[in-house]
Amino acid sequence: MRLDKTEISLGLVALACVLFGFVSPGWLIFLLTIALAKALVVQGVVMQMRSGLVSFGQGLFYCIGGYTVGMGGQFFGIHDAIAALSLGMLVAIVVAMLLGLLLTRYREIFFAMLSLAFSMILFGILVKSQELGSTDGFNVHDWTLFGWAPEAGAGSQHTVFTITVVSGLIVAVLIHRYTKAGVGVICEAVRENEVRVEYLGLSPRWLLYGNYVAAAAVSALGGGLTALATGHVDPEMAYWTTSGEFVFIALLGGLGHVAAPFIAAIVFSFVRTYAIEFVPHTWQMILGFTLLAVIIFLPKGLWSLVSREKTGERA
Amino acid sequence: MTSLLAVLIDGSIYASWLFLVAAGLTVIYGVMRILNMAHGSFYAIGAYSAASLVGWYFNNGMGPAWVSYLMLVGAALVAGLIVGVIVERGLLRLMYGRDEILMVIITYALLLILEDGMKIVWGVSPYFAYQPYSELGRTSLGLLKVSNYDLALVGVSALLGLGLWAWLERTNQGKVLRAVIHDREIALAMGVNVKLMFTITFVLGTTLGALAGALTAPAISVVPGIGIEVIVLAFAVVVIGGLGSIGGAAVGALLVGLSRAAAVHYAPEFELFVIYGVMSLVLAFRPEGLFGRTLARKI
Repeated sequence: MRLDKTEISLGLVALACVLFGFVSPGWLIFLLTIALAKALVVQGVVMQMRSGLVSFGQGLFYCIGGYTVGMGGQFFGIHDAIAALSLGMLVAIVVAMLLGLLLTRYREIFFAMLSLAFSMILFGILVKSQELGSTDGFNVHDWTLFGWAPEAGAGSQHTVFTITVVSGLIVAVLIHRYTKAGVGVICEAVRENEVRVEYLGLSPRWLLYGNYVAAAAVSALGGGLTALATGHVDPEMAYWTTSGEFVFIALLGGLGHVAAPFIAAIVFSFVRTYAIEFVPHTWQMILGFTLLAVIIFLPKGLWSLVSREKTGERA
Repeated sequence: MTSLLAVLIDGSIYASWLFLVAAGLTVIYGVMRILNMAHGSFYAIGAYSAASLVGWYFNNGMGPAWVSYLMLVGAALVAGLIVGVIVERGLLRLMYGRDEILMVIITYALLLILEDGMKIVWGVSPYFAYQPYSELGRTSLGLLKVSNYDLALVGVSALLGLGLWAWLERTNQGKVLRAVIHDREIALAMGVNVKLMFTITFVLGTTLGALAGALTAPAISVVPGIGIEVIVLAFAVVVIGGLGSIGGAAVGALLVGLSRAAAVHYAPEFELFVIYGVMSLVLAFRPEGLFGRTLARKI
């Protein structure tokens, strides 16, 4: 297996992150864990954006991932973190394979609205289910890693962080390979002109279907990691404003590079932490203006700040 | 029997409320092709303006109660007009011609801005304006007691729907607007002032949203976040009926209203589920909604 430059840098950054985890204070570890876990959900949004679909309901899979991890420990005795995360992805894949059959018939705002509707259905079910704590959600049980139980508090926080970084690395490398491979390139062609892709003898619908299912799995992984890190899940994960946040981060980062969602999610989390502390009632307003500014001035996202120089050289 | 009657009454009250909320959304989409996520915020702004004005009126113990109804409508008209003109002239005008999906995201940004804008203007504590609601009393229908205000809302909603329909189908301005809906470029070539029509439509849409909020204000406590809850309901209604169709919005509102009322009475755990369930079901069989037009694919 040959690694290209991007993959090597991703690996080095991940290694640096894991090492940094040993020295950094707990609050920072927690913040980074949440940011990276959310970035995985955003990767799912970005995967679909590359083929021209904007999902306003990615919270559905974020929530499925989180709830599966929580319920696995609560009801089914699945305490191993990796097993629980895999189960979450599996459930998300099954759900996505069903919903995808319907959703891939839609484009543009119809796709956005229908994906939003599906996540609101899950929200509606969860807030009415007493066994799952209704609107309050429930706490995620203590978990283990291959039979080893990390000590509560700092120890488990550090372990989740490492799991998150490693799974982030794996997902990033896979997505990077996917976008460079033939199918990944066709995704962009679908966004540009779907009918012409059909003329080439390909089926955009099945391409979008596979893309949708893969994005669901990645997002569920992000949801599961969030559940492990915070130790709590609630229906808010499926509410449409949560999905809106993912779209926001995706646009902030742009589609230029697989690392963009990670960077955007970290920037987002830091700005939010400070904004909520200092200007609690204008935080969303800041978001709104930032979003407008990104759309007007940086239509390719934050990543274009980094890559602008390179394209300049080439031209 | 009583519960069936209750479902019908609750359902039509809820449906008329839904129609009020969704009408502005569908008008804006029909003409401008903007699926306006900030519509819920216009609703909330209307509710806040009305509640603070009416609350102030009664707290100072002034005058007869009927004035407060005028105040509800007046507050909505003024708020909708001001916000509509500012948003259309100040933001949307710069964005016309972009992708429909990008316009969704732009109005999402607008929603975020307006949500906090309202917190800055009105604070975060609830506003009440229950007097216009309680003033009208209740009527007995069989074993049920129904608030007259809610019944009046059904009437207002029906009148508004008819008015909109008549304006679109029976007046010259409506005819011009339909030309814009049908083909923006040809209408422009025929000398229609499309920009002006856009402004009129958008302000009309915002005012309808604000009116829905103002008329709801007496029945609820006005708190931050009401717009965010409302917008997804309005989406469901207009998507079911077919985006841009006023008749569609009415049918969508009835469908959602009645099925939700049925769910509340017979299977309360499905209350929220039912709304989006109906929406998904309709879209599965008719992607363009019940009254939407199918568009040809372009190469």
